Amino acid sequence: MNKVMFFAHLRDAVGEEFLKLNATGKSVAELKAELGAIYNLPKLDTVMTAINEEFAQDDEVIQDGDEIAFIPPVSGG
Amino acid sequence: MNFQISKEPIDIQSVIDKVVQRNAGAITTFIGTVRELTKGKKTLFLIYDAYEAMAVKKLEQIGREIEERWEGSQVAITHRVGRLDITDIAVVIAVSTPHRADSYDANRYAIERIKEIVPIWKKEHWEDGEEWMGNQLETVAYPSGKPEEDDLNE
Repeated sequence: MNKVMFFAHLRDAVGEEFLKLNATGKSVAELKAELGAIYNLPKLDTVMTAINEEFAQDDEVIQDGDEIAFIPPVSGG
Repeated sequence: MNFQISKEPIDIQSVIDKVVQRNAGAITTFIGTVRELTKGKKTLFLIYDAYEAMAVKKLEQIGREIEERWEGSQVAITHRVGRLDITDIAVVIAVSTPHRADSYDANRYAIERIKEIVPIWKKEHWEDGEEWMGNQLETVAYPSGKPEEDDLNE
């Protein structure tokens, strides 16, 4: 199982802070496309992904237990 | 605990105190505050949200980058989350170095890096609506899904 976290406008679109689902074996890009279609997520091409609190490439494969986070362009500071 | 996300107002002096060192000839402090007008539009208040665990890690990474790049430097950063009103302090960065020029440069580097890699977002609230803000109006896209190496390891 995997925890998938959403922030900023993605959290508003999904309506949840996180989802528990099985993404094991999928690439980051596959999971992003899948959830993008289900929740009609906007501006996904600008969204980064983190696996276990570190930025991940779109071709990285998700392992069981990985914590995934979708990270829109940041605006801190 | 030099790198923190805070739900409470930031005590500036406590951030500065973390970088006091005998070899320092300078400490620069950057204080980021909430501005009322952006391109003529009036902000009522802001909400900052963070992916806190990762944000702390990325602040620590910025600290390591600075300590590698500017010899003898020490860094402390605290970023606020939650609701902030106009003039409230959103971020405090303190950098100490042996010489003053490095202290200014390293502190500037820290705030620019925060705006690139630290997972913190602000939601602007106006009289006629609200919106999560992206990096400079979504001008920065990450086609590969993450910042390029240049962005991360500059």
